[in-house]
Amino acid sequence: MSTKLEVKNLYKVFGDEPKKAIEMAKQGIDKDQIFAETGMTLGVKDVSLQIHTGEIFVIMGLSGSGKSTLVRLLNRLIEPSAGQVLLDGENIAAMSDEALRQVRLKKISMVFQSFALMPHLSVLENTAFGLELAGVPVSERHEKAMQALQQVGLESHLHAYPDELSGGMQQRVGLARALAIDPEVLLMDEAFSALDPLIRTGMQDELVQLQAKYQRTIVFISHDLDEAMRIGDRIAIMQGGEVVQVGTPDDILHNPANDYVRSFFQGVNVSQVFTAKDICRRKQSTIIRKTLEGGVAAAIAQLQDADRDFGYVVDKEGRFEGVVSLASLWSAEKSGKSLMNACLLDLPIVKADSSLSEIISVIAQAPCAVPVVDDNQKYLGLITRAQLLQALDREEDTTP
Amino acid sequence: MTTTTETTDPWSSAAPPEDRSMASDPWGNAPSGQEQASGSSWLTSSAEQAPITNSWTDPFLVEWFDLRSLVNTGVKHLVENFRGFFDIAKQPVDWMLEIFTLALTSVHPFVVIALFALVCWQVSGWRLALGGIVSLVFLGAMSVWDESMITLALVLTSVFFCLLIGIPTGILMSRSEGVARALRPILDAMQTTPAFVYLVPIVMLFGIGRVPGVIVTIIFAMPPLIRLTHLGIKQVPADLIEASRAFGASRRQILYRVQLPLAVPTIMAGVNQTLMLSLSMVVIASMIAVPGLGLMVLRGIGRLDVGLATVGGLGIVILAILLDRMTQSLGRDARERGTRHWYESGPIGWIYRQFKTQSKT
Ligand SMILES: Nc1ncnc2c1ncn2[C@@H]1O[C@H](COP(=O)(O)OP(=O)(O)O)[C@@H](O)[C@H]1O
Ligand SMILES: [Mg+2]
Repeated sequence: MSTKLEVKNLYKVFGDEPKKAIEMAKQGIDKDQIFAETGMTLGVKDVSLQIHTGEIFVIMGLSGSGKSTLVRLLNRLIEPSAGQVLLDGENIAAMSDEALRQVRLKKISMVFQSFALMPHLSVLENTAFGLELAGVPVSERHEKAMQALQQVGLESHLHAYPDELSGGMQQRVGLARALAIDPEVLLMDEAFSALDPLIRTGMQDELVQLQAKYQRTIVFISHDLDEAMRIGDRIAIMQGGEVVQVGTPDDILHNPANDYVRSFFQGVNVSQVFTAKDICRRKQSTIIRKTLEGGVAAAIAQLQDADRDFGYVVDKEGRFEGVVSLASLWSAEKSGKSLMNACLLDLPIVKADSSLSEIISVIAQAPCAVPVVDDNQKYLGLITRAQLLQALDREEDTTP
Repeated sequence: MTTTTETTDPWSSAAPPEDRSMASDPWGNAPSGQEQASGSSWLTSSAEQAPITNSWTDPFLVEWFDLRSLVNTGVKHLVENFRGFFDIAKQPVDWMLEIFTLALTSVHPFVVIALFALVCWQVSGWRLALGGIVSLVFLGAMSVWDESMITLALVLTSVFFCLLIGIPTGILMSRSEGVARALRPILDAMQTTPAFVYLVPIVMLFGIGRVPGVIVTIIFAMPPLIRLTHLGIKQVPADLIEASRAFGASRRQILYRVQLPLAVPTIMAGVNQTLMLSLSMVVIASMIAVPGLGLMVLRGIGRLDVGLATVGGLGIVILAILLDRMTQSLGRDARERGTRHWYESGPIGWIYRQFKTQSKT
């Protein structure tokens, strides 16, 4: 996995003498004390991160922990006080203004918590805003903006103005505006925090789906554990301007680096908060594509190669079709039946949004790992008994 | 009233310095001979009796320093040495005023009224157009058409220069904190100075007449436009500026594509203010020999001809209301009026639609 964006020893001091504050921070004086002594705020302290190509990297932390500052240092909306931000090895922190402008026009775009849409521009014009700044001719930029709006499902509101749209739709425009320039890196600062919970989860799902299609590098800021878990491939936890832990959601849940990290899960009833989607895993080796050449025989080969007993059949749109076992495949092969006829009957399926408490008994009784599907029957992954126990176990760890 | 000549102040070709009472008389040739002979005109009176000195009981009887003659000599020096500069400064104002006056007074009044109605219809709607026609016809019916058009020309000239100078200045203030800090006290002084006092420095430097009248109007009416342009740009939400920067906008792009479009309603409020102040100043400026409706009022009061003053005053009020309505509706968003683009409404909208249907068939 290659590194897209790398941050090295990055500092941001809000104040007149950043050097002095950095010196103090290096001596181990903490943020509050630096503020008390000098009046300067240490926004980001010695952050080093590596963000991989194509991942959703979530930065999580309490309000005031420096998340917004950090993400704005990545595209230099805020000038770093010290350190480097490397995009494909190029140091953004030391770029000329013109080079920086080119990066912003072509490579990095951003979605804001407040939407920040231009009230005097229509949806289409808003979406084309970045392209317009880059001097792309009208017809071409409208075409690209249309494509971006299609991706977020807003192609029917081209000529509406932002104040005529609901919050969720406005943020779709915000997302489309960011997607329109076809960026390599997408920065999202609490992009969904201002939305209603229901719309918010919808947007999260859409983001994950878009991501599955296009594999952009996304840096997503959130103060919400649930959100971070849902969409993050890896999570960085910030505290007082520092990154205290980086890891996959699993890592962080199982081995919290300190009490601050643990406090995120404190009092959280895991079985209520987590849904099937959060703990399911996608294992490529058990997914059998219906379009597979050779059908039954190929499926047998695949399962045997992966040393699995069960396989999960999906169609080419990713919709779940059924479960097959090696035994059922063999009997189908003997009698010359199709893959679909090999599917086992009466096996349970769980919905993505079911809470863990709802699915405990289903999973405990199932003969194999249980597939998780969303409302459109789309296959999201599997939950094994071990996974479920692991997830529930965390509850005992974290509740005092 | 003819323009002044003769012995007035430094602007006359040969100013006799000994004639102090005349030199300080802004009306130049106005006072009659007998007034001069008696030397008791309230405008020219000055203590020239036996030497009076200050005492402890009356410390402020005589001025401690002679500001009056200091300023007089200073201005005299200034005007004598920089006459060229002031003449050049007057030129563009003179030209614009000429153009506006010619345009408004030389064509047939009905043409002017029709054009006015069309503009009203475009910026607001048929209601205002109707109101415009009625008001203008009423002005003509009072037989103050010429005066009204002269006043209108003066106002339009002054607003033209206010826009030309005021909007860029406001933009400059919003872009540089230094400029803003330097200009703010000047704007404060400009706005707190009563209209009447404004006349003093202008008469000192430019003399009297229509052009100095417009210049004083420009200076008087400009501060709100500068302030509101500055305010309008400053009011643009910070997150929009940040978003523009994040998408790679340059400072110029931010100004033209985000700040100015969003500041339009506020700037329009400034234009409205400037227009109203111009109108009121043009009236006051009639005291320095500016013709038009203001002069009618001044003359009416001077002669105790209340009827004349009322006619002039009514004319001013009608013009004020009309111009106010027109600029107010300019500041409103086109979408509030039910159309998305300005060219889809009013007479232009009508032509636009004809064009569209034609191209369809
Ligand atoms: N422009 C600024 N000037 C001074 N201090 C700031 C500024 N912006 C942010 N801060 C401070 O930096 C810290 C981090 O802020 P921020 O990055 O906005 O936190 P978060 O996004 O995690 O809530 C806070 O203590 C905040 O007060
Ligand atoms: Mg924030």
